[in-house]
Amino acid sequence: MNETAHPNSFRNQPDERGHFGQFGGRYVSETLMPLILDLEKEYNRAKTDPAFKAEFEDLLEHYVGRPSPLYYAERLTDELRKSAPDGMGAQVWFKRDELNHTGAHKINNCIGQILLAVRMGKTRIIAETGAGQHGVATATVAARFGLPCVVYMGAKDVERQQPNVFRMRLLGAEVKAVKAGAATLKDAMNEALRDWVANVHDTFYIIGTAAGPHPYPALVRDFQSVIGREAREQMLARTGKLPDLLVAAIGGGSNAIGLFHPFLDDPSVKMLGVEAAGYGLDKDHAASLAGGSPGILHGNKTYLLQDDDGQIVEGHSISAGLDYPGIGPEHSWLKETGRVDYTSATDKEALDAFQLLCRTEGIIPALEPSHAIAAVAKVAREMPRDAIICANLCGRGDKDIFTVADALGVEL
Amino acid sequence: MSRFDAAFGKPHPALVCFVTAGDGPTDAVLDALVEGGADVIELGMPFTDPMADGPGIQLANLRALGKGTKTADVFRIAADFRARHPEVPLVLMGYANPMIHRGADWFAEQCAKAGVDGVICVDTPPEEDAELGPFLRDAGVATIRLATPTTDAARLPQVLETATGFLYYVSVAGITGLQQAATASIDEAVSRLKAGTDLPVAVGFGVRTPEQAGAIAKVADGVVVGSALVELVGKHGDDAPAHVRELTTALAEAVHAARKENA
Repeated sequence: MNETAHPNSFRNQPDERGHFGQFGGRYVSETLMPLILDLEKEYNRAKTDPAFKAEFEDLLEHYVGRPSPLYYAERLTDELRKSAPDGMGAQVWFKRDELNHTGAHKINNCIGQILLAVRMGKTRIIAETGAGQHGVATATVAARFGLPCVVYMGAKDVERQQPNVFRMRLLGAEVKAVKAGAATLKDAMNEALRDWVANVHDTFYIIGTAAGPHPYPALVRDFQSVIGREAREQMLARTGKLPDLLVAAIGGGSNAIGLFHPFLDDPSVKMLGVEAAGYGLDKDHAASLAGGSPGILHGNKTYLLQDDDGQIVEGHSISAGLDYPGIGPEHSWLKETGRVDYTSATDKEALDAFQLLCRTEGIIPALEPSHAIAAVAKVAREMPRDAIICANLCGRGDKDIFTVADALGVEL
Repeated sequence: MSRFDAAFGKPHPALVCFVTAGDGPTDAVLDALVEGGADVIELGMPFTDPMADGPGIQLANLRALGKGTKTADVFRIAADFRARHPEVPLVLMGYANPMIHRGADWFAEQCAKAGVDGVICVDTPPEEDAELGPFLRDAGVATIRLATPTTDAARLPQVLETATGFLYYVSVAGITGLQQAATASIDEAVSRLKAGTDLPVAVGFGVRTPEQAGAIAKVADGVVVGSALVELVGKHGDDAPAHVRELTTALAEAVHAARKENA
């Protein structure tokens, strides 16, 4: 047990069975097990294959547009300092992953997974999506590689994310609205798993977050870690030091683990993950770590929103990308080890932060990173002026303008 | 002799029937299954996210949960069934989270107390057996494993290592209640499985009619029927037991007549 509490490194998880401490694992039906094992083998081969790495990096540079900039948000910093005590008000920097092709960090992972799909000889792609960003990114890479693509999306999300639904269709993907359950991300994932189990022979499932059965949490993290590797290098080059605090929003947690992972063994760097507190932690929310307990869903053991019988409770957030009742298993482990701190922001706080960034920096963020910005606005005031915060601006807000207008009582 | 040994030791193949706990008048439906000739009962534990199930059983899960069915109700139904039918094997089938939520040791103890003979946990493969399996087996409850068309020869020994009670062959790669595999492929698969184990092999997924069940019973030790029965419960509600008895009787006649080699 001491090993889990005080590991030599925070970067050598999971173990060979896909466990991050007590979390993670491979809780799937027998039909999927052989395929999961094949995927793990293929991924282990790809990881050490220079040709795979070269193709991944080439596409990230010339197709996605990496590296994404690291940007000092001077006016936001000044704005927050106005209400900070004397000598306080940390510098706020953003990793600009919203500038990626397709407008979010999701594409990093999709490039990696479609290269794996091609290596494995799979000829059909499926995905689940919440806000639609992962669906768009998957439809994009499927078009780029000429593979047919089916995206499962909760019927409620289809309603509130119409622009992304149309984008996916333009890209040639078939969008299937899932009406089961609450008709959001969780139900889309159930339906994608049902498709996969019936089509294991030719289908590759591109999971959008660092969750699901092993090896998905590890491979999604590895593909997204380009965010943290770049940020680390850029920050050292620009300021000569490492950031004092990293901040990222968490639904499943892929943008956060991508930013955090390369810094986990830098003891001076603190980290803060921000869950969606919805209407408030005492009401409907999607904060699995703050309001959930460990359980098993969608192939992994992790913190879940559930009732006293282990039935899954629906999450709520104004952000369709965050209202999932679980979280990636590595975050559950990082919480239990204490390496990363976790907090939450409500719908209202995220909306305020959304508008703050629009007005101070001329950047319209997605509602997901608006939760991170809300947390930044709180903690920056409590940190000294020479401290550096690096937050992940993981998506742009074009897709959210209708939701925001609605929340602000504006008719478009 | 265990109830499984007795059920699969009869001079004919076994009919295994699945219904969801808390959906419809479950106690009366279970009695109807036994009266119709079911040899083994599988009782589904409702779950909010039944990922391996097709539309029929998904809806049954939602109906059961919508009526407020709790884990305590499932064990109450099981214990009452055991009191009414001391000889008929009873299996709980469901997903990991409700089973481990209060601790696997608690769950195993409740199963033993309620007279449950075995458990099928759909999303706990042999790789994660430690989560639940040892607790059940220590409590004298069988851990019934699934084998599928994707379980190859290299993997089969690992599946069999922690399999007790009987082996459930899922005849199609897919979800419950939809397509059905060709009998020839089932014959071949069952032979392959039986070469590796002395456990009885029951075959299910997509079996809906007495004709299909009878054909599979020619090559297997048991035939599992679920969605067709669950859909009758959904359609007829409180009046379901008579309809369930009628279909079960026809299924049992076909399955029991298929082969009488042990006689």
